Amino acid sequence: MPGLHVSTTVNGDVTEFVCQPDETLLDVLRNRLGLTGAKEGCGTGDCGACSVTIDGQLVCSCLVLGAEAEGCKVGTIEGLADGDTLHPLQEQFIEHAALQCGICTPGFLVAAKALLDDNSNPSDEEIRFALAGNLCRCTGYDKIVRAVNAAAKDVRKQQARLQKQARLKKAAKKRR
Amino acid sequence: MAHDTSFTNQEFKVVGSRPPRPDGLDKVTGRALFGADTFAPGQLVGRILRSPHAHAKIRKIDTSRAEKLKGVKAVITSRDLPDLTNGNRGNFDILENCMARDRALYDGHAVAAVAAIDEQTARKALKLIKIDYKILPHVTDVDKAMAADAPIVQPHIRHDDKPSNIANVSEFGHGDVDAGFDQADVVIEKSYLTEQAHQGYIEPHACLASVGPDGQGELWVTTQGHFTFRNVCASLLGMDIAKLKVTSSEIGGGFGGKTHVWMEPVALALSRKANRPVKLVMTRDEVFKASGPTCSTSIDVKIGAKKDGTVTAASATLRYQDGAYPGPWGMLGAMTSWACYDFENVKSVAYDVLVNRPKVTAYRAPSAPMAAFAVESTMDLLAKEIGMDPVEFRIKNAAKEGTRASYGPTYGPIGIGPTLEAVKKHPHMKAKLGKNQGRGMACGFWFNFGGQTCTDLNIGVDGTVNLTIGTVDVGGSRASMSLIAAEELGIPYERIKCNVADTASLGHNDTTVGSRGTFSSGMATIFAARDAIDEMKERAAKAWEIEVEDVEWRDGCAHAKGVAHSNLAPMSLKEIAAASPTTGGPIAGHNEVVADGAGVSFASHICDVEVDPETGFTKVLRYTVVQDAGKAIHPDYVEGQFQGGAAQGIGWALNEEYVYGEDGRLQNASFLDYRIPVCSDLPYIDTVILEIPNPNHPYGIRGVGETSIVPPLAAIGNAVSNAVGVRLNHVPMSPPRILKAIKEKQAGL
Repeated sequence: MPGLHVSTTVNGDVTEFVCQPDETLLDVLRNRLGLTGAKEGCGTGDCGACSVTIDGQLVCSCLVLGAEAEGCKVGTIEGLADGDTLHPLQEQFIEHAALQCGICTPGFLVAAKALLDDNSNPSDEEIRFALAGNLCRCTGYDKIVRAVNAAAKDVRKQQARLQKQARLKKAAKKRR
Repeated sequence: MAHDTSFTNQEFKVVGSRPPRPDGLDKVTGRALFGADTFAPGQLVGRILRSPHAHAKIRKIDTSRAEKLKGVKAVITSRDLPDLTNGNRGNFDILENCMARDRALYDGHAVAAVAAIDEQTARKALKLIKIDYKILPHVTDVDKAMAADAPIVQPHIRHDDKPSNIANVSEFGHGDVDAGFDQADVVIEKSYLTEQAHQGYIEPHACLASVGPDGQGELWVTTQGHFTFRNVCASLLGMDIAKLKVTSSEIGGGFGGKTHVWMEPVALALSRKANRPVKLVMTRDEVFKASGPTCSTSIDVKIGAKKDGTVTAASATLRYQDGAYPGPWGMLGAMTSWACYDFENVKSVAYDVLVNRPKVTAYRAPSAPMAAFAVESTMDLLAKEIGMDPVEFRIKNAAKEGTRASYGPTYGPIGIGPTLEAVKKHPHMKAKLGKNQGRGMACGFWFNFGGQTCTDLNIGVDGTVNLTIGTVDVGGSRASMSLIAAEELGIPYERIKCNVADTASLGHNDTTVGSRGTFSSGMATIFAARDAIDEMKERAAKAWEIEVEDVEWRDGCAHAKGVAHSNLAPMSLKEIAAASPTTGGPIAGHNEVVADGAGVSFASHICDVEVDPETGFTKVLRYTVVQDAGKAIHPDYVEGQFQGGAAQGIGWALNEEYVYGEDGRLQNASFLDYRIPVCSDLPYIDTVILEIPNPNHPYGIRGVGETSIVPPLAAIGNAVSNAVGVRLNHVPMSPPRILKAIKEKQAGL
């Protein structure tokens, strides 16, 4: 079958690839773009190990065709850190020992990031339900929920700092 | 508690702290390489064709059309995996399980495989393989498989001089149970069923195999034991062990399921035939159908006690379903069933039974959870009958130091009593229960294992240390090993880098089973570090021109002993390392050991549940794990083991089961239909780590990985039974089963 040419953005980088019409975005990321951070745990959208975002929306990349990424912004675990600065979720997962084998970790981090982008002050219950599409067989989720809670706190602090900076900037502008 | 702790290396400086794990960054950035994450130049995609029948004779396999398909580079059947096992039945079973020969023994049994240039071509090729099956009668139920007229799974297996599905009978115990039951005031007898569960690791089996016509090969694979995989694969394929290099990838969960080769010999055979690297990754469907679940069981338990709570006799008959090939599973069930208790008259008889289901392999404390479900449920029933608190009843009968275990040995210092005392004092026991809520507790035991271990420790010229181990890191053990090396050498944790070596770089290490990783590699690390310290003392003595006997090692430095040498300033590891090129060359420590003396492990769990009487749905409200770790090297990861095991047990207790149809086919081979616990199903899982040192380990370590899955089935069973007022005796206690039990009770059945 002739391949399809797809133009997209992955983690902020303009990316082009050719894929088969029936090829999943997960296979494209892993086999054609070398981004193996997203994992295939089931291939049926049940485990969340392949979680990525498309235009900010959390999806299972095993349920999306590569061709559907045309013109979209794809976000994967490889784009979560800002250069050598880890995202608070990444920091807190290490700090709280929220991973054992680590196979589900990329999916959890991408899903938790989507949660915190939407709600940086989630309750335990909101965290547990937001992450219910991601399976972890090692941890019993205890340390994962604690890590997300701690990261949410960091994110709120960051947000407060940015807001304060923006306020000061605005005030300074006014004074000028 | 009065235990001898003189061997536990005095006060620990870094052991017991909670530093970040060395592989943490790789695992939160997506950089860590698991089984399916590597690629080789010219790599092909492998796929396996599997039997759709529970039991069938394979009359003919026609691969000609598949072979002719453009892009197909190799097609193999059992003809390409000739029997080189020389009458070793265990190896033959492994070979036949990897690729069926004249019969397919279960739904999912491999019958052929292809390697092609891409996934699409490989899948197309599978469809072109034509197999002429003659369907045979099948059996998938353990009790039915024991009947005289049951279809026979393995004709070579005989019992009572007849072909039979009973592969093994094991008996353990001591005393006279008949006499013991005669002395009892109350005797409870009950039967239990547990359904088959899967380890459910999120990473499917995956490997990248490369074998050339020169007989040399490499295998990158997700495994708990790459040395064992190397030996087994080399033997099945007729290769020299030294010429097959196996590298263990990061492992995405194993829990026993990755102790066994399932498709790796197939990948190697495909690669050999195509003379190209072959990547073979199972789908989730294949993982469920064709890789190691644990047994389903049928168990009868009888316990007798006096009114004061003294158990006078206990007996169990255990029937373990092994799948299509015999294993030690019934035996392990018999050995573990009564291990928590000090009973005068005790007996267990276990049957290993073959059925047309996938070959069973280890699942975390294999066989113990089912036996514990039966025993601990009956213990609760008995406590109730004699009007005694279930915790007190267990404390009264708990095994202790000097108890002769039902399976033979006499215990040293053990943790069952202390875990029960901790349960009694835990605030969880005082939490208020509401309507439709119930509390249950249960105990569990696992042997633990040591085994062959080999470790290297190399000191760089800058004073940093490479620790090279051969046990696979399944849950953070590289952090624990680094802590141990730092403790011994007296240097900061950050200066140790721990790696898991491939099979060409280190001596044999047994598979990471039996919670042995931290116990055995920890032991070898201690001895390897001491070996390096001996060398560093030699170097210091030489530099100081004094006798090595006058040098001692502490706080990361060589110190000259005695008043005569008081003018000699201590020489640090870093200084000795920096001078090493001119003082005798590289400094290394090494150890190889059969790590005997794994300390037995005990746990007691408490659980609160709420059962919806309308739907039979059970919500776990609170859960507490109390377990003896011997010594917790990195407490975060000890807690993680406790919590993870409990969560797996909760899933098994309430939801997880293999569902077979009348046609003998597995009906729920997906994570949608085989539902493991998700985040919103569980509460926080509280943990209490007890440290009763194992006298056979320099740091007192006991394995901690497995015991935590043993009590949950029974703890939840007891909690649910207390919540609904009727005894549940069938795991999983899914909503329909609970509802049925409630309805039967209401109907007075």
